[in-house]
Amino acid sequence: MTNSPLTPGIVSGRLPAAAYAKNFGDHDPALDGHEARVAADRCYFCHDAPCITACPTDIDIPLFIRQIATGTPDAAAQTIWNQNILGGMCARVCPTETLCEQACVREAAEGKPVEIGRLQRFATDHAMAKGKQPFTRAKATGKRVAVVGAGPAGLACAHRLAVHGHDVVVLERRAKAGGLNEYGIASYKAAGGFAAREVDWLLKIGGIEVRTGVELGRDVTLDQLKAGYDAVFLGVGLAGVNALRAAGEDLDGVRNAVDFIAELRQSEDLSKLSIGRDVVVIGGGMTAVDAAVQSKLLGAENVTIVYRRGQEKMSASGYEQDHAVQAGVRIIHNAAPVRVVGSSKAEAVEFAYTEDAPGGLKLSSETFTLKADQVFKAIGQTLTSAPGGLAVEGGKLAGHSGKVWVGGDCAAGGEDLTVNAVAGGRDAAEAIHTILKGG
Amino acid sequence: MADLSANFIGIKSPNPFWLASAPPTDKKYNVERAFEAGWGGVVWKTLGSEGPPIVNVSGPRYGAIWGADRRLLGLNNIELITDRPLEVNLQEIKEVKRKWKDRALVISLMVPCDEESWKDILKRIEDTEADGVELNFGCPHGMAERGMGSAVGQVPEYIEMVTRWVKQYSRMPCIVKLTPNITSILPPAMAANRGGADAVSLINTIKSITNVDLDAFSPFPMIDGKGSHGGYCGPAVKPIALNMVAEIARHEDTRGLPISGIGGVTTWRDAAEFMALGAGNVQVCTAAMTYGFKIVQEMISGLSEYLDQKQMSLNDLIGRAVPNFVEWQHLNLNYVTKAVINQDDCIKCGRCYAACEDTSHQAIAMSEDRTFTVKDDECVACNLCVNVCPVDNCITMKTLPLGGLDERTGRKVGTFADWTTHPNNPSAHAAE
Repeated sequence: MTNSPLTPGIVSGRLPAAAYAKNFGDHDPALDGHEARVAADRCYFCHDAPCITACPTDIDIPLFIRQIATGTPDAAAQTIWNQNILGGMCARVCPTETLCEQACVREAAEGKPVEIGRLQRFATDHAMAKGKQPFTRAKATGKRVAVVGAGPAGLACAHRLAVHGHDVVVLERRAKAGGLNEYGIASYKAAGGFAAREVDWLLKIGGIEVRTGVELGRDVTLDQLKAGYDAVFLGVGLAGVNALRAAGEDLDGVRNAVDFIAELRQSEDLSKLSIGRDVVVIGGGMTAVDAAVQSKLLGAENVTIVYRRGQEKMSASGYEQDHAVQAGVRIIHNAAPVRVVGSSKAEAVEFAYTEDAPGGLKLSSETFTLKADQVFKAIGQTLTSAPGGLAVEGGKLAGHSGKVWVGGDCAAGGEDLTVNAVAGGRDAAEAIHTILKGG
Repeated sequence: MADLSANFIGIKSPNPFWLASAPPTDKKYNVERAFEAGWGGVVWKTLGSEGPPIVNVSGPRYGAIWGADRRLLGLNNIELITDRPLEVNLQEIKEVKRKWKDRALVISLMVPCDEESWKDILKRIEDTEADGVELNFGCPHGMAERGMGSAVGQVPEYIEMVTRWVKQYSRMPCIVKLTPNITSILPPAMAANRGGADAVSLINTIKSITNVDLDAFSPFPMIDGKGSHGGYCGPAVKPIALNMVAEIARHEDTRGLPISGIGGVTTWRDAAEFMALGAGNVQVCTAAMTYGFKIVQEMISGLSEYLDQKQMSLNDLIGRAVPNFVEWQHLNLNYVTKAVINQDDCIKCGRCYAACEDTSHQAIAMSEDRTFTVKDDECVACNLCVNVCPVDNCITMKTLPLGGLDERTGRKVGTFADWTTHPNNPSAHAAE
């Protein structure tokens, strides 16, 4: 292999073999014991702490940090898991700077919050290393629940139902459980196969059967599930991807960012994964950042994120944006794609600057063109269809109806975050349990 | 820069910061490093009688407690007096004193409680040219079991007797170091005074167990699975020491007896507080053992800046707070304050609320948006919120003016009135 970042086209092996492990290793390394004690000491143990309120799963953060500070990290992990069974993954992927850490009073006091995310990882890693599932199941209820989608919402729902003694069958259209944890986030956020390890650990509760390669609507209908189970939970995520609606979108080299990330995440050998020399990512969210940064880490020479609105509107957090810029990604704001230029394959993208007009976003006559042999579309995911004619609200499933509950990214309300999905799955499980034990 | 030079019972030093008799003053090497760093004086680690040297344990000698960020707050030790031969110590003392004439060098002594032993050791140290002696009647561990240290300091008659011998057989200034392991510091201080002591120094360490090893089930420091009580010192003991110093400083029988203040002095501010409560100088150990000798430089600059700001001399500071150290019955019961939370400084942690609501007077209100305000009609001014607030000066106590309304009692603030004249005081009635 003699490819380098300067090799034209979409090619693999742009970097020396050793670079891949380094680039895709743990982005934010774990705290060691001393670091954790020092970080934990900074927590003020606030009354009715703002960080708890800011956490979508309401983890008792001051309590778990105090448990770390007093040398009982396993107890800390239990506190976390009581509220959020995917606390290990959330510690890695939560935008803590807009959630718990933004609310931390030491952010107000000194601009330096307690490192809640990293402390949560310290505790959960410590306890998970023992390999033991910390919950036990209640007496079997004889009730069966179908959970569609083995993403964070489905897993959280299944686990909580299993704890309550119900039997759960999880149906997953992909080959592996984990959802976006496994297929949809940057590799360096969950290095070392963490997503799969966490699923294995979670399933140790027992009573959960995962059937992969089963897709709702194709292999089974919602009506069949309603007939065959006492309750159904849908955590199907957002499988659709928004289109650019720009000319040249079908040219070779134009691809959905989520597909690129999924392929990267499942790649056994990253040196065999192709990437362009000039990569343009269109979008302003976490997916755009994950695709852009990983393009750079695969050896792309130039990577540019282009977002149609201003920086303040980007849904990627400030921390994520900084991370992208530090990785060498250029971010251009207020520009929208007009067309992808190229004869048989993408060669460039033409953009027009945008203006926020009263009637919505307006393209100006001012344009510019970015060289691009690879274009990633990261302009949002959508619900492909509403199964079984369920009500839709704002493009998402409206909510509980009869025997069917919904949660996670496919459900209306809240940001599309792992932690929100966990909360949705957990709360649906509690609601289902309330009904089932009553019947 | 204010002049910090001190004259304590005729012993001169360039500043009032001495190192206490302890491991840092064990030998010439350490003491010279201390003098190079700027310490005004040292009390050499306690010498014993001639004979086979003292034997120390070869396991841990120290236990500790810590605050946040593992800041050392209290230290305890089970080390005995010097384990070096007497001759070596005497030779080194002589060498150091000759080289560092402007610094104070006092020798700490601990020998068996008989006249001959004291007479003998005083003779042995005579030609070291040391500036004075300090009688170690304080150490609560090890040596006390052999009838020395705090075993002497706990019996006022012994203190008086030994002090008399020392004054009889030596012309050196004599400081008597007192143990806090007593019910009242006054009888030992009075005994030292009666015996002719030129000064007292206090406090020595407090009998203590810092922690228990929860695997071995042994007190710590642990020696082969067993622990013995040690002597406690460091910032944690400062409040105890300040009270004992102040009690001696204000009592009519001991007032005017020079005091060398010891106990948790860590910063210039601690030193100034000891001196304001009557100490003529201070002795330091734990702070040096925690941070090294260099801390004296902060003590020097800090005390100097403070005296300049106050336009005071060092002597003006000594004892300045003693007249204000009174018994509870003389506190003004008509003095009314209320806590005030500065909303600009508040970081909304809610600790004041938790403390007040759970454990005190339910006098802080918490709004939906986490604004914390004091309810003046409930606030008894206990100051707990001030103490638990993580932001310095965010919560302060405002004093109600004379004639102002105390919303809690519905009464107007009156002129000075203490318990001695309070209607609820049976003694006050009896006196009528």
